Amino acid sequence: MRDNFFEVDHVTRIYRGEESDTTALKDVSFIVNEGEFISIIGASGCGKTSLLRMLAGLDPVEEGEIRLRGNRIGKPDHKMGYVFQQGSLYNWMTVEQNIAYGLRARKVWKKNRDRVPEFIRFAGLEGFEKVYPHQISGGMGQRVAICRALINEPDILLLDEPMGALDSFTRASLQDKLLELKAENNTTMILVTHDVDEAIYLSDRIVIMTPRPGRISEIMEIDMKHPRNRGGSEFMSVRRELLEKFDLASRVMPPEYMI
Amino acid sequence: MKNYSKSLIVSSLGVVLAIVTNLFFPQFAAVAGSQAVISGYAVNNNDLYRFVLVVWLLWIAGTWLRAGSEKERQRAFAEKTRLRLALGIAVSLWDVLGTKLQVLPQPFFPGPAGIASAFLEDPDYILQNTMYSLRLFTAGFLSGVILGIITGVLVGWFPKVAYWVEPVLNVCGVIPPVAWMPFALILFPTSFTAAVFLLIICVWFPVTSMTALGVSGTPKALYEAASTLGAGTVYQIFTIAIPHAMPQIFVGVTTAEAFAFTNLVMAEMMGQPGGLGYYINASKVWSAYYKVFAAIIVMTVLFGLIKLLVDRLQRHVLRWQKGIVK
Ligand SMILES: Nc1ncnc2c1ncn2[C@@H]1O[C@H](COP(=O)(O)OP(=O)(O)OP(=O)(O)O)[C@@H](O)[C@H]1O
Ligand SMILES: [Mg+2]
Repeated sequence: MRDNFFEVDHVTRIYRGEESDTTALKDVSFIVNEGEFISIIGASGCGKTSLLRMLAGLDPVEEGEIRLRGNRIGKPDHKMGYVFQQGSLYNWMTVEQNIAYGLRARKVWKKNRDRVPEFIRFAGLEGFEKVYPHQISGGMGQRVAICRALINEPDILLLDEPMGALDSFTRASLQDKLLELKAENNTTMILVTHDVDEAIYLSDRIVIMTPRPGRISEIMEIDMKHPRNRGGSEFMSVRRELLEKFDLASRVMPPEYMI
Repeated sequence: MKNYSKSLIVSSLGVVLAIVTNLFFPQFAAVAGSQAVISGYAVNNNDLYRFVLVVWLLWIAGTWLRAGSEKERQRAFAEKTRLRLALGIAVSLWDVLGTKLQVLPQPFFPGPAGIASAFLEDPDYILQNTMYSLRLFTAGFLSGVILGIITGVLVGWFPKVAYWVEPVLNVCGVIPPVAWMPFALILFPTSFTAAVFLLIICVWFPVTSMTALGVSGTPKALYEAASTLGAGTVYQIFTIAIPHAMPQIFVGVTTAEAFAFTNLVMAEMMGQPGGLGYYINASKVWSAYYKVFAAIIVMTVLFGLIKLLVDRLQRHVLRWQKGIVK
């Protein structure tokens, strides 16, 4: 079953500070299969962003190793798509130009120009092609950011709380879009989220992290068919199970936080 | 709508007053006018002055008509109403004091018709000098802007470049560019190239520092996003650093444009074979103050046009900011 598509191998991340060092991640290991949807959840400050940035090659891996198909991740690359939490669109480019950015940057735009309207249609952004980012809503902006990453056909799409700032209706429709996209292109996705329901609705497996220092406490398999019913009894029992684990996970605290 | 019609009447009132004054106010002082023959008609300087007033009146009416029923343009027109009226009254007064009664000290402060003489006496020479100024300005300004953007991007991008260039920038900022003129005249083969060099210094300083500010202020996430999308460094400079710095670059350019223009005139007064500054100097020698004023008017118009052009360009380039900034 395991094809060792993407391996995170004993990774540690330490931020060197002037007064003291912060260990954001300690000895984190897991394997991601091709076409899998993984969610990473955990309390604020437990190192989710730090982990995702290393997976993308945005931060150096000083201890441990991250491998894609056996090759070490070095610099950021279009094969590893990354969707930032917010505010990473280019304000001086239209929606269309933002989405086409990766194609133009890699000089493959001429061959793939038809894909831009395809993605625009897919993301429900018709009529907004020539509009600038500040003229669209936050949810539309995140759809643009996701399309911009996906148009490059990355092997893995990394998403750092892409829906953090959105209301629950927009979230739900964007989640369905993500699943649709994944089904269409068989893209592997790794999503950081705070939202337990979102994680259950989308993921094949959920990575639960604990803070100080950031570690993986458990990896939970979600064995449910898509489309998942958010209100169904199966969903609810998984939810209860996850919350229990989460609760336990968060209770593992360093000594100085114990009373 | 009613208000809008009223704004036309009040706007025109000043010019009409100027025309009426010129036509009916008795000429007390004796004046020597100039004559010229333009396409078969004998035209004197006062005719030219009246002609300009009529053109002005037509211009006001034209702008009024062009606004049509667009609210935005109507408001823009109405806003200038009082200014137009005041300007008309000022010109009428000037005509009375400078030409009709000649209570202003002559020949230092000629009336408007007196200045019109300059355009009748040497139209070709004025045009020739205007073109010289324009050529000089265009060459110096454009090269300065391009050099400034290049240096600014390098300074903003590479800390090493900033280390070496920033002291130079600080020195350049405090030395008035005309102070370089004597050296420039020795170093460069022609006085034209020397003046271009001077203008480049004028423009280079503000454009470089503003560009560097804009480039170094770009959020890191924008570059990070680009690198995960497969963009290389050079591509990032052109598609992120420079566009992000564009608002600041334009602040630098608009500062530079006024600075360069004043220095252009000074440079021309200090040793150029032509240009409006040269024309002012040459006229002063003959105490032809009306020509000095004529040159000043041409400079005002010329600079106004340059400013208009840069503003248009800015509005086009920064169209994505519409709605973000006030
Ligand atoms: N650039 C940095 N320099 C120093 N310490 C950092 C830096 N970035 C993160 N940290 C620290 O590393 C730890 C993990 O941060 P990280 O941003 O990865 O958390 P997170 O799980 O993404 O939190 P959130 O859910 O709030 O986004 C935190 O304790 C934080 O203070
Ligand atoms: Mg985070």
